[in-house]
Amino acid sequence: MTARTDGALAFSPRRVAAMMLRYWYLLRSSWPRLVELIYWPMVQMITWGFVQFYVMQNAGFFARAAGTFIGAVLLWDILFRGQLGFSISFLEEMWSRNIGNLMMSPLRPFEFISALMVMSVVRLLIGAVPVTLLALIFFGFNLYGLGLALVAFFFNLMLTSWAVGIFVSGLVLRNGLGAENFAWSIMFLFMPLTCVYYPVTTLPTWLQPVAWMLPPTYVFEGMRALLIEHTFHPGLMLDALAINAAFFAVGLAGFLWLLGSARRHGSLMQTGE
Amino acid sequence: MPPAPAIEVRQLVKVYKTVAAVDGLTFSIAPGSITGLLGGNGAGKTTTIAMIMGLLAPTSGRVTVLGAQMPRQRYRVLQRMNFESPYVEMPMRLTIRQNLKVFGMLYGVPDLAERIAQLAHDLDLTDLLDRPTGKLSAGQKTRVSLAKSLINSPDLLLLDEPTASLDPDTADWVRARLEHYCRERRATVLLASHNMAEVERLCERVIIMKRGRIEDDDTPARLLARYGRRTLEEVFLDVARRRSEQREAAQ
Repeated sequence: MTARTDGALAFSPRRVAAMMLRYWYLLRSSWPRLVELIYWPMVQMITWGFVQFYVMQNAGFFARAAGTFIGAVLLWDILFRGQLGFSISFLEEMWSRNIGNLMMSPLRPFEFISALMVMSVVRLLIGAVPVTLLALIFFGFNLYGLGLALVAFFFNLMLTSWAVGIFVSGLVLRNGLGAENFAWSIMFLFMPLTCVYYPVTTLPTWLQPVAWMLPPTYVFEGMRALLIEHTFHPGLMLDALAINAAFFAVGLAGFLWLLGSARRHGSLMQTGE
Repeated sequence: MPPAPAIEVRQLVKVYKTVAAVDGLTFSIAPGSITGLLGGNGAGKTTTIAMIMGLLAPTSGRVTVLGAQMPRQRYRVLQRMNFESPYVEMPMRLTIRQNLKVFGMLYGVPDLAERIAQLAHDLDLTDLLDRPTGKLSAGQKTRVSLAKSLINSPDLLLLDEPTASLDPDTADWVRARLEHYCRERRATVLLASHNMAEVERLCERVIIMKRGRIEDDDTPARLLARYGRRTLEEVFLDVARRRSEQREAAQ
């Protein structure tokens, strides 16, 4: 395989570790970057926590569905922050005009992507763990009480966030920092369609099949089933996993195609706007 | 039998939409030599170097570097190459030591701490090693870029205007370090520059480019003799103006 692809598929944990070390040095050197990781998840969680308090006092159904809002906020944050964590690490290379150094080094695309994936989890954990603890203290919502289901939710959401992050990174490589806005906004396209705060049946009938094509929809439905009916549906998670595998493959293929296109059009030499 | 060329370029063409940035270049570079790529703005120097590095795919033609065809077989040889360019920077928030450590790991440099200490000593960076790269002066940053380009002791070094924006003293200092490295390591160097004095001092061969083509190609001494000039700058001006005069005469 290596001979046929001229070493492009070779994988070195040392080179992945080098990139992780680079991002770790960056995080460690900048307290605003660390604060930013926690700031928005905390603001979101507190806002929706109070909304939930209000609804619980006024509606019988939602009183039974305790935790769905905060649960949705926390899971949405895994999806959104996972993608943002991936994309921001990548954008750091564009902002610092370092991408040429990396593309000229022996670092393979799969190694670069692996390092970005690991760093997205690290960034997410730095932001999410304190916020989940605050949710427990302020609103009595214990995300970790979801048990093994949380692992399935987390894994599926991260797969989607990586697939989107990989594709967006390809767009930025090919089109320069003019495409940076996609990194910040693309996930919001998912928000209404993946039914973060309401069941899929709320959507118009014609839109429901579109929602079911998106893996996070299965996660949010699964979370509501768990919190309201106290039932875990493994089938939903397996369906999400299958669609995620397709998403990931498309994201990766898109990235490689856009990288090739950047190499043909000279975008790797001009990483500005 | 002569040794295989370190770089071999055959009928190389790069077209952006309808503009040919590089138009049918053919040359080869012997291992262990220092060659200058001279040309004005838009001559195609950076585009040529980018294709040699594998950062840019040619429209047609072939580039072979250390026996590997670029960009398809680049991973066979990237470990043995490196480059420096003012158009690429190092992460500003990382210290010099952190940057060199990351790149050393990417290139798989053995005894990395020792190599960083040696480079820091050679390039007068020892006292600056733990300073963030963004807080350095232009001259210090150039030395850091040079340290990065030498971290893997490359057999082939591609330099795109390595002393641009440096004061004459620092530029001279950088040239001396480059000369020393190439002599010691017998490395091949391709140097793109606007700076005629730099090319005259460092290079044993000069390729003059204009509008994506080779206008002349010889040793500095033979170019000076052929054009009856005292400096390469005068030769360069002759070459640049010759075409304009020919065009005017034709009109």
